[in-house]
Amino acid sequence: MSVSLTASHTGPAKNMKVAQRLSRSRKRSDTVVKILCYAATAIGLLLLASILATLLIRGFSGIGLSVLTEVTKPPGSHGGLLNAIVGSLIQTVVGVAIGTPIGLLVGTYLAEYAHGSVLGNAVRFVSDVLLSAPSILIGLFIYQLIVAPFGGFSGVAGCMALAVIVIPIVVRTTEDMLSLIPTAMREAAVALGAPKWKMIVLICYRAAKDGIVTGILLALARVAGETAPLLFTSLGNLNWSLSLTKPMSSLPVTIYQYAGSAFDDWVQLAWVGALLITFGVLALNIVARVVLRGGK
Amino acid sequence: MLVLLGAIIIELFIGGLPAFRKFGFGFLTSTDWDPVQEQYGAAVSIFGTVATAVLALLLSVPIAFGVAFYLTELAPQWLRRPVGTAIELLAAVPSIIFGMWGFFVIVPVMAQYIQPTVIDSIGELPVIGALFQGPPFGTGILTAALILAVMIIPFIAATMRDVFMAVPPVFKESAYGLGCTTWEVMRAIVIPYTRVSVMGGIMLGLGRALGETMAVTFVIGNTNRIATTLFGPGNTIASIVALEFPESEAGSLKLASLLALGFILFVISFIVLAISRMLLRPRLKG
Repeated sequence: MSVSLTASHTGPAKNMKVAQRLSRSRKRSDTVVKILCYAATAIGLLLLASILATLLIRGFSGIGLSVLTEVTKPPGSHGGLLNAIVGSLIQTVVGVAIGTPIGLLVGTYLAEYAHGSVLGNAVRFVSDVLLSAPSILIGLFIYQLIVAPFGGFSGVAGCMALAVIVIPIVVRTTEDMLSLIPTAMREAAVALGAPKWKMIVLICYRAAKDGIVTGILLALARVAGETAPLLFTSLGNLNWSLSLTKPMSSLPVTIYQYAGSAFDDWVQLAWVGALLITFGVLALNIVARVVLRGGK
Repeated sequence: MLVLLGAIIIELFIGGLPAFRKFGFGFLTSTDWDPVQEQYGAAVSIFGTVATAVLALLLSVPIAFGVAFYLTELAPQWLRRPVGTAIELLAAVPSIIFGMWGFFVIVPVMAQYIQPTVIDSIGELPVIGALFQGPPFGTGILTAALILAVMIIPFIAATMRDVFMAVPPVFKESAYGLGCTTWEVMRAIVIPYTRVSVMGGIMLGLGRALGETMAVTFVIGNTNRIATTLFGPGNTIASIVALEFPESEAGSLKLASLLALGFILFVISFIVLAISRMLLRPRLKG
């Protein structure tokens, strides 16, 4: 250490001119990089602002009571989005309701029972891959599995596709939250003579409740905006229908169909739908964050 | 879970089998997509998928790095959480919204201002000019890559921020103690320490970009032709599946071809995501 110190003293520091130039160039490159980073962050924030502003400007003027009370109608006759909104709500809720218990159980298995076993690691890996797998493939899969054999697009198929997307999200958060629980807490429960299942249900789930709820909310937000898997499963329906066995309308698919159309009032409705769905999804995300922070 | 993944792969493979059987390996290299003569090939879509995803990475990695650097080193404490949350919210916006935004906001800007200017300036240069030719429609490979870049910035930035945070403060403090500037600490300490995980984050972004459907479908131009310029239209696996699917009958060869495309996309993204997991796992857990 002392050798290198003396070496640096006999080095460039002797020549003040060289030292100053070096220091200046180091500071300059530091400043340049910092400015670039500020710029990058500004770009990121501007992009978000631009998207939200576009949605507000284009969508807000179209918001009216008729959007919520009328079903989709042919161009020129002042339709609304009622069937799409209701369809979206049904499919999202049912999808999450199917996917959550499965995800919860898998997450519990990973956190409490797997303990580095080969099967556990494989399941974790698969879950992680599914978490980021293209959602359009999940749509194709459900099409092959349910739509094609049972003859026809249906709301059930849409729900199933969304459930497949929900599972890995819930698995991820459940496992993360359960593994945060201190071992001492578990040991205390077991020491009192509680069987393992009781320990998990009564102690771990309670302690991890906020985190798990956050995961479910995030899953809800994610599937509410999914379009690609619904295209091949529930297809979309321009009429009023609550039947899960028939094609079912949904907000994202309706937006997709309307935004690409040539009719001004359809495009306008697409913007309204986009505004509704984006702010709904962002609100869910923010609520999820608040829940998580409140728990800590 | 395991059964689910296996089922997805098998279903897509079985569905695509007729196409694989009919066209053999030629399916991967053929550029035809002709419903009338029932000739289908995957080369164009595979090219479009890879081209847009790689371009999107090139555009988004520097910005994501800047954001992560800002959030870990530069931002004042009280700003970190709001800015971080805002960037994460960008990731939560549904992809169809990006598609609409791209189609109604970015495409006109590209068509009116950026593309004509670039074609007139850089397009005149030899060699690289060839990349910037073509009519300024606004849609095309580059626009799709731009939208994809916007979509994956938050994912890459969030991963980078998390791994940068995981660098032990002692390392950074010692470097600062020696008189390093912030950038030097970043370059000499943080980046070498986190290199593997940063690559994992980038691969994660790549995986996202490969399979993105709705946003790309809006802006890529949807032509089955290998684009020779950045402004040329093209398609990706996901966009061709989304567009052609409603027009294919159950049991037809076209449907089989689309499912085969889905199978190829699954294999590609599975490999990318698997690599990303392997790179990310040890560092984030340890």
